Amino acid sequence: METAPDLQSISAEAALSPMLPRPFVIKRVRRETEDTFTLELEPTGRDDGFSFTPGQFNMVYVFGVGEIPISISGDPARPTTLIHTTRAVGTVTKAMDKLRRGDTLGIRGPYGSPWPLDKAVGRDVVFVAGGIGLAPLRPALYHVVSNRERFGKVVLLYGTRSPADILFREELETWRARFDLDVYVTVDRAMSGWRGNVGVVTTMIPKAPFDPRNAVAMVCGPEIMMRFTAAEMIKRGVDIRDVSVSLERNMKCGIGLCGHCQFGPVFVCKDGPVFPYAQVRDMLVKWEI
Amino acid sequence: MKTFTLERSDVGALLDALKRRGYTLLGPTVRDSAIVIDEISRVEDLPVNWTDVQSGASYRLKRREDNAFFGFAVGPTSWKRFLYPPIQHLFAMLRAGKSFALPAGTKESTPSRDPKMAFIGVRPCDVHALAIHDRVLLAGPFVDPLYQLRRNGCFVVAVNCTQAGGTCFCASMNTGPRATEGFDLALTELITHKRHYFLVETGSDRGEALLKSVPVSEAGADEMKEARAACEQAQRQMGRSLDTKQLREVLYQNAEHPRWDAIGARCLTCANCTMVCPTCFCATVEDVTDLGGSRADRIRKWDSCFTLDFSYIHGGSVRASAKARYRQWMTHKLASWVDQFGTSGCVGCGRCITWCPVGIDITEEARAIREGQPTEARTHA
Repeated sequence: METAPDLQSISAEAALSPMLPRPFVIKRVRRETEDTFTLELEPTGRDDGFSFTPGQFNMVYVFGVGEIPISISGDPARPTTLIHTTRAVGTVTKAMDKLRRGDTLGIRGPYGSPWPLDKAVGRDVVFVAGGIGLAPLRPALYHVVSNRERFGKVVLLYGTRSPADILFREELETWRARFDLDVYVTVDRAMSGWRGNVGVVTTMIPKAPFDPRNAVAMVCGPEIMMRFTAAEMIKRGVDIRDVSVSLERNMKCGIGLCGHCQFGPVFVCKDGPVFPYAQVRDMLVKWEI
Repeated sequence: MKTFTLERSDVGALLDALKRRGYTLLGPTVRDSAIVIDEISRVEDLPVNWTDVQSGASYRLKRREDNAFFGFAVGPTSWKRFLYPPIQHLFAMLRAGKSFALPAGTKESTPSRDPKMAFIGVRPCDVHALAIHDRVLLAGPFVDPLYQLRRNGCFVVAVNCTQAGGTCFCASMNTGPRATEGFDLALTELITHKRHYFLVETGSDRGEALLKSVPVSEAGADEMKEARAACEQAQRQMGRSLDTKQLREVLYQNAEHPRWDAIGARCLTCANCTMVCPTCFCATVEDVTDLGGSRADRIRKWDSCFTLDFSYIHGGSVRASAKARYRQWMTHKLASWVDQFGTSGCVGCGRCITWCPVGIDITEEARAIREGQPTEARTHA
């Protein structure tokens, strides 16, 4: 008599719609680095594609294994294909790593807040990415590149641990070759053959070609990297209100009901993952919030 | 709102009227040396002649002599168990070649069938807890359809408190000891040397309609006055108090107060407080398969911010220390809940104090942080 009667039968027929993943079939698997891969997905049984806004994420489900939040890394102007880039580090991502073309994943989403691209119109845009943090920024980059005339200078500062960890190499090369984009890549540790920058990504901020009084910064990477990047941006004269960061927390629902992603007063899933830096700065410097 | 009286001998008629309308009755009953909430079918199932004695880390049942039905404070169960069950099956998926699909015939929408539950004896603090869960789970942008379904079918019979428990502080939280809204009927149990009866206030049309089939009389001014006085007595008996003035700001400003170290040293991170709390809503989901791997089920379970897993992201838990987890729980309850849902997450029921195995007292800890006490833990008699 632990639960009231007839509730059992209700649960059996009720598919909790907001928690129900929809099947998406893998059309292509692309290996990015040793432990990072990109999946291109299409919804099964429908051809309505997948619309989203840069910065948003999905809850991605591997049959019987589990479900985790992963940001969308594709082009928002090409919603026919859903693209996720992730590193195989946990149970679910390691299971994803074993999937091949024709296999199926479950998707719920898109969820969360977007990068403030509207606010960036007519101004310089500085993207700062650390490691896998380039993936959640890529949809915003695609948007800016496709609407290049609407923005001022566009700068990407990208740091990884080593040259082998650089994501989206071909695309970075293409973008770097353009005269209207400034792409700078740096690595923490170089190896022979590396002729680029060495050092953390923040060291590139003072000299990067943008006007701090008229720039917006979108930053994604490890929390410590985002803190130092934001501090460096502010030091250079960027208004703190023009700096955005994307946060990561444990999520079980993605829709503000499970409580896991709380960060002080905000739910990262529904209030974020993209936040104005000013909103989260004080919490980022305190222990274990 | 209309006010009636109901004699003690007619409480059974009230329960029968609900049963006749198809409600499953849930109410307090004695089990495992505690007053828990479970399915009941008749007045004899209620904890007649029982009371409880509660203090930090202590809960004992004691006999009373006055035949009271509701002569006790809240126990370890809260009503969330029935609206938001501890274990909830969400769906089954079947493998279908390289894909997967819901089992044939599964409806993707929530069933419209109404699980009619009548909650008998909801204390005013717990009436507020229901309203808080409504804000958390129903206010959107996403709602929990199963909670909504159960909540819609729920008939609430509140029972006002005429005696406060040792760890109660509803008076501080403005949630009791008298319920003012959020119920279909509210009872006040009144026992004098010549009469044992209930004052019955209606809070909804269906509450009023139900009374048409229950032998009630219109209440007089004296009876209403007696009920008010009984609740005022409970108000004066509160075992604990919590100063809520600018509490949110106090906690935010003291996120790195040394007191958290002292609490962290005592806290066992056992999660008892979150399990007994009537407003804690955190849940996890588990995805499991059968042995053959052809069927996968998703199950939602109550979770707690006191576990290491709760905040785990690759690389480790965000809140690795006990002090950080206690701070998260208490700051959420008393401060960030206000930002999130426009109300405190605490209703002053005192369950977390009673059921904490080491007797950590949320009111005491809030007081210490407000007053700047770093380490000394004052103890209550």
